Amino acid sequence: MRDPVFIEFFDDVERSIPRAECAALVDWLNTAPIETLRMRQNAAEQAFRQLGITFAVYGDEDARERIIPFDIIPRLFSAAEWARLEQGLDQRVRAINAFLNDIYGEQRIIKAGIIPHDLVFSNPQYRSELVGMRPPHDIWAHIAGIDMVRTGADGFSVLEDNVRTPSGVSYMLENREAMIRLCPELFRQMRVATVDGYPDLLHAMMRISAPPAARDNPVCVILTPGQYNSAYYEHSFLADSIGIELVEAADLLVEDDKVWMRSITGLVQVDVIYRRIDDDYLDPEVFRPDSMLGVPGLMRAFRAGNVTLVNAPGTGIADDKAIYSYMPEIVSFYSGSEALLPIVQTWRCREPDACQYVLDHIEDLVVKLVDGSGGYGMLIGPLATKAECAQFRAAIRAQPEKYIAQPTLALSAVPTLTDAGIAPRHVDFRPFVLSSPDGVAMVPGGLTRVALKQGSLVVNSSQGGGTKDTFVLMRDEGIA
Amino acid sequence: MMLSRTAASLYWLGRYAERADFSARLIEATVRLDALSTRPAGSAAWASALNVIDAGEAFAALGKHVEQRHVAPFLLCSPDHPGSIWRCLEAARTNARAVRMALSRESWSAINNAWLRVSTGGVPKDGAGLLALLEGVHSSALSLTGAIERMLKHPSSMFMRLGGAIERVDNTARLLDVKYHILLPEEEVVGGVLDRDQWTTILQTVSAVNAYRFLYSGGLNARNVIEFLVLRPELPRSLIAGAQEALEQLQHIAEVTHNFSAADSLAMTRLAVLRRLKVDAIIGEGLHEYLEDFIEQNAALDQAISTQFRFF
Repeated sequence: MRDPVFIEFFDDVERSIPRAECAALVDWLNTAPIETLRMRQNAAEQAFRQLGITFAVYGDEDARERIIPFDIIPRLFSAAEWARLEQGLDQRVRAINAFLNDIYGEQRIIKAGIIPHDLVFSNPQYRSELVGMRPPHDIWAHIAGIDMVRTGADGFSVLEDNVRTPSGVSYMLENREAMIRLCPELFRQMRVATVDGYPDLLHAMMRISAPPAARDNPVCVILTPGQYNSAYYEHSFLADSIGIELVEAADLLVEDDKVWMRSITGLVQVDVIYRRIDDDYLDPEVFRPDSMLGVPGLMRAFRAGNVTLVNAPGTGIADDKAIYSYMPEIVSFYSGSEALLPIVQTWRCREPDACQYVLDHIEDLVVKLVDGSGGYGMLIGPLATKAECAQFRAAIRAQPEKYIAQPTLALSAVPTLTDAGIAPRHVDFRPFVLSSPDGVAMVPGGLTRVALKQGSLVVNSSQGGGTKDTFVLMRDEGIA
Repeated sequence: MMLSRTAASLYWLGRYAERADFSARLIEATVRLDALSTRPAGSAAWASALNVIDAGEAFAALGKHVEQRHVAPFLLCSPDHPGSIWRCLEAARTNARAVRMALSRESWSAINNAWLRVSTGGVPKDGAGLLALLEGVHSSALSLTGAIERMLKHPSSMFMRLGGAIERVDNTARLLDVKYHILLPEEEVVGGVLDRDQWTTILQTVSAVNAYRFLYSGGLNARNVIEFLVLRPELPRSLIAGAQEALEQLQHIAEVTHNFSAADSLAMTRLAVLRRLKVDAIIGEGLHEYLEDFIEQNAALDQAISTQFRFF
């Protein structure tokens, strides 16, 4: 028996009693004519198209450039809810960095028997090349996108950690721009915390994360695979907002274990690289030799301590879905206290009992590939056909260690503008958490993704999901 | 600090946007020449338009009749013709995308809008639709120019304007060369009575009909038109104005980079020579020879720019 879906904004399933912090928003929703909302939504999408805020879907030739649908109705967190999330995220991201330092260093957590030895060492995301390596300031995951779901008024849990090259932050910023322009009255009716400090925060993080030997004014760049990458808009948007160069591999070269970029006046040394290229492609000397996207010698420069890579290579082990299931233990091991953010109950098919349970109950579960992403390689039991279930059962039996399973969650839903009027749609939430020698920082907000199809739980943009602005209230006082 | 790749993209963005704009003017003027003048010029007008942008062979390969309903779509939106307006805009947009951050939002929007307009417009059904579409390309080009001028005084706008200037003089020189050939029957001498509509077409292509009337009172004649298009700095599309613009942009860039090299000296010499040149000397030596030389020099300057700023 599944739990009833929590409809955000409301205290009851009939959607008649707004929650205190959402009263103004619900009032706005009840009084704004639906045609007006539609008109504004179209205007926003028009503007996104004009700005070229597009993304590409791999394997979709016709729609090389699509915009992600934008929903004009924001979702909202109270100041108290945000404060709780912030605390939990801070704790979790510190633990992730401690974990990465440990497994590429002393490996205390393995020696303590908390995480099985082979789960780490035979994991393709574990980069043995990096053992003994210490990145500048011992920070590996400078930028983390933590995917959260809500199942009740107080029920927030982490669905997934993204600590390789999480994307989507440009949508957080552009969605807010659109909301301010199109629905200015909302910002008069409530005090919404601003998110536009993100680029400054990101830049400050990069500068202070420069190698200790770097000059006073470190040169920071963003490294993109190029304009045909699905997230290219975001790469250029961020470089633009910060005022730093957006470079491609061909713009960089390594000499004397230092990284340089080719400029119209000659070579300029680079100290910090926010790279939006996967580990595998980063340096053909060390990883995939056929990579055209990478910079030969980059890892030499990194090892020599001459450049900071944001994020460091090798972080993928920390967001592996099998490791995920140990996150509560990981957090308490390094922080010494209970994890503030729970995870979703997870069966690891590598364990025979759990595997049997998954095989027996696959119709009720969500099954995921441990190294899958973007909603690919996933089975949603309750929505799957018998044939699909059988296919996954066979795959799990063949390679149990590659799968985990989770209960089908009753993801919260938020009123959304649909063709048939305003109706609840399932959402998730990805805040972006920055780590530097100065500590952990984040802006109050994040990316809310919404599954636009009725009943759908898949919010990924590659699978027809959209986005919403996320309001975090500055203060809760005055709210009855 | 500017990446060499960024500078190259901006430079080519400037060139492609200029080329698209020029082609739009050329089609527009040819439509007028073909259909709106009192004596329809027919296929000769379209053949010469093809020659101006060096697309005669590519069009002939299609095996289609040389007339507006085939040539105009070919020049406008053919995906196979690398010089079509659509392909130029796409190239401009690709370069712009590669350097989004070096552009102001307005500049990007202008290019993206022009590209969207032609991409989504399809082949216009009639002359009116064609002219309306060309008008659109035109106004996008204008808003791009405006947007570039409003951009931060930074090498990014300078490289775009430099590319625009190099492309512009190339276009003007080709236009004059081809039209002149067509216009001048073999036995006729320079300065003879020429076809009024044809000359008007040239002036329309460089948007200078009224400017010409303002500067020259004696009516249309070859000597004046040549002087106007080559030597009058008042006309933004004249060779001398383009040469001046190219030099100015190079000087602005040098102020930032503190580098002075081959491209700067070539640009400087070119302008100095143009300033001393008289129209009768051009006609005396042969206009065609002069223009051929000029186009070659311009290509050499383009090469020198690529080398100086390490475009590859």
